[in-house]
Amino acid sequence: MTIFIRFFDNIGSLVLLATRAFSHLPSIGRQSARVVEQCYLIGYTTLPIVTILSFFIGGVLALQSGISLQDFGARQFIGTLVGESMARELGPVMAAILLAGRVGSAITAELASMKVYQEVDALVTMNIRPERILVLPRLIAVMLMMPILAIIAVVVGWLGGAIVCKYVGMIGVDWDMYFQSLKQFLTVGDVFGGLLKAEIFGVGVVLVACNTGLRTRGGPREIGLSVTQAVVQSLILILVLDYFITKALV
Amino acid sequence: MSSTNEERKPVAIEVQELRKEYSGVTVLDGINLSVKPGEIFVIMGPSGSGKSVLLRQVAGLETPTSGQVRIDGMDPSLEETRDKVALALVFQSGALFNSLSVFENLALYLREHRLHPEPVIREKVMSALQMLSLEKAVGKFPSELSGGMKKRVAIARALVMQPQVMLYDEPTSELDPTMGATIAEIIASLRQAIAVTSVVVSHDRDLALTIADRVAVLMHGRLKAEGTPAGLRANTDPEIVDFLNPTINLDNPRFKNLEAANE
Repeated sequence: MTIFIRFFDNIGSLVLLATRAFSHLPSIGRQSARVVEQCYLIGYTTLPIVTILSFFIGGVLALQSGISLQDFGARQFIGTLVGESMARELGPVMAAILLAGRVGSAITAELASMKVYQEVDALVTMNIRPERILVLPRLIAVMLMMPILAIIAVVVGWLGGAIVCKYVGMIGVDWDMYFQSLKQFLTVGDVFGGLLKAEIFGVGVVLVACNTGLRTRGGPREIGLSVTQAVVQSLILILVLDYFITKALV
Repeated sequence: MSSTNEERKPVAIEVQELRKEYSGVTVLDGINLSVKPGEIFVIMGPSGSGKSVLLRQVAGLETPTSGQVRIDGMDPSLEETRDKVALALVFQSGALFNSLSVFENLALYLREHRLHPEPVIREKVMSALQMLSLEKAVGKFPSELSGGMKKRVAIARALVMQPQVMLYDEPTSELDPTMGATIAEIIASLRQAIAVTSVVVSHDRDLALTIADRVAVLMHGRLKAEGTPAGLRANTDPEIVDFLNPTINLDNPRFKNLEAANE
């Protein structure tokens, strides 16, 4: 029973936090410096790891599927398989998972320590809503950065697949055939569906991170626990949302 | 912010039948207090008596389990009240924003509420820093400050708000006696300088009896005594007498066992 209460309590506080944060949207112009700072933290600092992981995911996907497809004489479809998988699923999901691990954990740690060391209370007594200056700039930044990260993840994943196809002898699919088959079946809708997923995952990850941080009570031990909790909740949220968005899109 | 700085006057604080529980444990029970506009009201009590919890209810950071707190007749936990009444809380830890410099810590309130243009904000911040002899710390970050300086920066940050109510949570804790006396002088002089209602939570007897207009003593979550410093000194309740005049008994029988264990 307690688990159900905590689950709905969390959902309720997430919705409340989002509502309160977006209610301050008219003030976003005055917070451009904070948004730019968060764009840097969310986008630029996450970019290297997104690039490296996506490249190897694309490569592994090409390697695994190349060997299997060869058995069926369908290796010319490797480009389609890698292209569709990266655009519709792996690009946005990987970008979101890395966002949760790298940025979500940092957001939770920062807000949790601000909460524990009464900086959030200080803001409240100064009549400055924490949702306005701590949550809203991060939400706007993730909404701006997440599609860019997802596009880069998708494109780098395609490239990783293409390089493996060309240079791994047992696959032996050249770039022309690879990209020809990628273009043949991939639609703009597939790419936009992936970007929509990435946007929703990103907002979800930042909301969970902010909510968990701002609800932290106790001391240093609880800050650590909050970070773990935020990352675990984000990963679950990403995969649950992924299922429902995919179901809605297909 | 609806009220301009020129309109700001000290306001009254009323606490009626306040009760606060955490997970079924009563921390405050039946608290009734009345603080007059412009008064320095000190809440004393031993550690764990509920002083800081009471201050958090007055600041509106928490809501009472039952009873009510009113500042100028309004509930301090509501955002609308904070729009109308400028309330500043000096936290025990200082609660300075670690990612901001001293200047930015002080300027934050004025910038966020767009109360003044940037040159005026700079002037006001520097004036608050000068009042507390902190000019040299203007560009430093909280991690570079000593405990006493952090407290003074926290007071300066409260000052730039031109508050109608100043709440202090253990302003002299963790400070040496000289710095403690300086902080006490600052609190007393601010009342003259900016006409503010002050509530100070402290277990520092000297601070309380020196600067207070009235004092309340909180014990085990209940108000044990209330009155002027002179009236409190004359109180004959043994618990109050013990609290105000602690003695060090080197022959305390409770600690004899420790000696025996070490032999």
